[in-house]
Amino acid sequence: MQCAQIRHTTTAMDDFVWRALAAGLGLAAIAGPLGSFVLWRRMAFFGDALAHSALLGVALGFLLHVDVNLGMVAMCVAFALALTGLLARSRLAPDTLLSISAFTALSAGLVVLSFLDTVRVDLIGYLFGDLLAVSTSDLVWIWGGALVALGGLAALWRPLLATTVHADLAAVEGTRVGHVRLCFVLLLALVVAVAAKIVGALLVTALLIVPAAAARRFARSPEQMAIGAAAIGALSVTGGLVASLLLDTPSGPSIVLTASLLFALSLL
Amino acid sequence: MTTLIEARGLAKSFDTRAVLSDVAIAVAQGEIVTLIGPNGAGKTVLLRILLGLEAADAGTVERKPGLTIGYMPQKIEIDANLPLSVARFVGLAGSYTKPQIAEMLAETGIAARLEAPIQALSGGEFQRALLARALLRQPQLLVLDEPAQGVDVTGQEALYDLLARVVARHGCGVLLVSHDLHLVMARADRVVCLNGHVCCTGKPAALGNDPAFAALFGARGAASVAVYRHNHDHEHAVCADPAHDHRHG
Repeated sequence: MQCAQIRHTTTAMDDFVWRALAAGLGLAAIAGPLGSFVLWRRMAFFGDALAHSALLGVALGFLLHVDVNLGMVAMCVAFALALTGLLARSRLAPDTLLSISAFTALSAGLVVLSFLDTVRVDLIGYLFGDLLAVSTSDLVWIWGGALVALGGLAALWRPLLATTVHADLAAVEGTRVGHVRLCFVLLLALVVAVAAKIVGALLVTALLIVPAAAARRFARSPEQMAIGAAAIGALSVTGGLVASLLLDTPSGPSIVLTASLLFALSLL
Repeated sequence: MTTLIEARGLAKSFDTRAVLSDVAIAVAQGEIVTLIGPNGAGKTVLLRILLGLEAADAGTVERKPGLTIGYMPQKIEIDANLPLSVARFVGLAGSYTKPQIAEMLAETGIAARLEAPIQALSGGEFQRALLARALLRQPQLLVLDEPAQGVDVTGQEALYDLLARVVARHGCGVLLVSHDLHLVMARADRVVCLNGHVCCTGKPAALGNDPAFAALFGARGAASVAVYRHNHDHEHAVCADPAHDHRHG
């Protein structure tokens, strides 16, 4: 990124590099376990649709003069609830509905942003991520969001696993399947909103899916896969960040490419 | 005999199509009730209403207070991306120790597959894993939806033998949905034929003579039931109901 490059060459790079690494690792810690569930529940499209709404959250944040991070979280949560309701009622195939919603949300975000001619928005940063631009307050958001989501996921683990394996069976055995699904969707919305800041709205799903898929080969239990995915995510963040600094490539795509490379290696 | 579950006057429609109308069914402790009927007769919907997975449009379902149900759904798919051993899958039924799980898998005959990935099981083995999970809960009522689906012909007989043994040992009531008339009927205490409504109900031996049953399953179905009548010296027409039109399209 241009701005990163200037700082890179002119100032001590320590601060923003460490911030970037801390943000990326915080995200990898939650994206691995949550992404495993996204994989098992086949909700990749759902996560992607949520991410597409993040930009609309940014736009509305600027429009209503509220914190952009808050705008993204609020938007993703609202969009997640709306999508869940629509999916339960609609007769369309889920992937049709999700595609329509995703592109509608993304376009709405872009259109609303175009009305804001007084603010300069780093559109590329929001779409494809800019890890090196993470501020201290972003870091608080990311780690706060990651810790809340990790705690929530840990509390939800057992009923969520039972629901994922077979919802009807879990319901007959006393799991409150509806509650569990709702909590999972809310956690996913929170993490997608927080991650969109780092890897960008268009690449968020990759951070959820690719490390989890790479961990599958080596895992013999759900827990092993979740922890393995977090580890592979951390490796991808670190590798991508280093590559981004050395080669002056954009950070988000570099992280995703590193994860893809690790996935390809896991297949060998 | 204590009634475990009893439904009365159940009705359910999807859009304008009535799937169930005025259906009554009950299962008592230690009783094996088999639900049969053609495809689209509403068997699975009825089970789902009884299990509390779906709401009926009308009617009531009464359960014995504190009733525990073991449920064996139709053959299910588990995502290949989920690393899950057979023991973990069975243990999802609740909080159970490894020895309890191993003991139950031994009872259903797949102790050797304890640590195998659940996706590696054959059709018959998977149904036995499902049965183990249902039994682990010490259920008073077992609800089985097409338990022999995806199981080869020789495996089916073995599976029904196993079901008969564990039901006798655990003394639970059973509600069973099945297509396999000849395998199932011999072991049922009571058979309920469903086709949107309850066409007829009674002891399996008696149903072979029932015109409603013959209308639903044809002469061959009736004949396959008749095989199991040899040790009954009398028959009663269970639902000879001349006022009721039993022609089903």
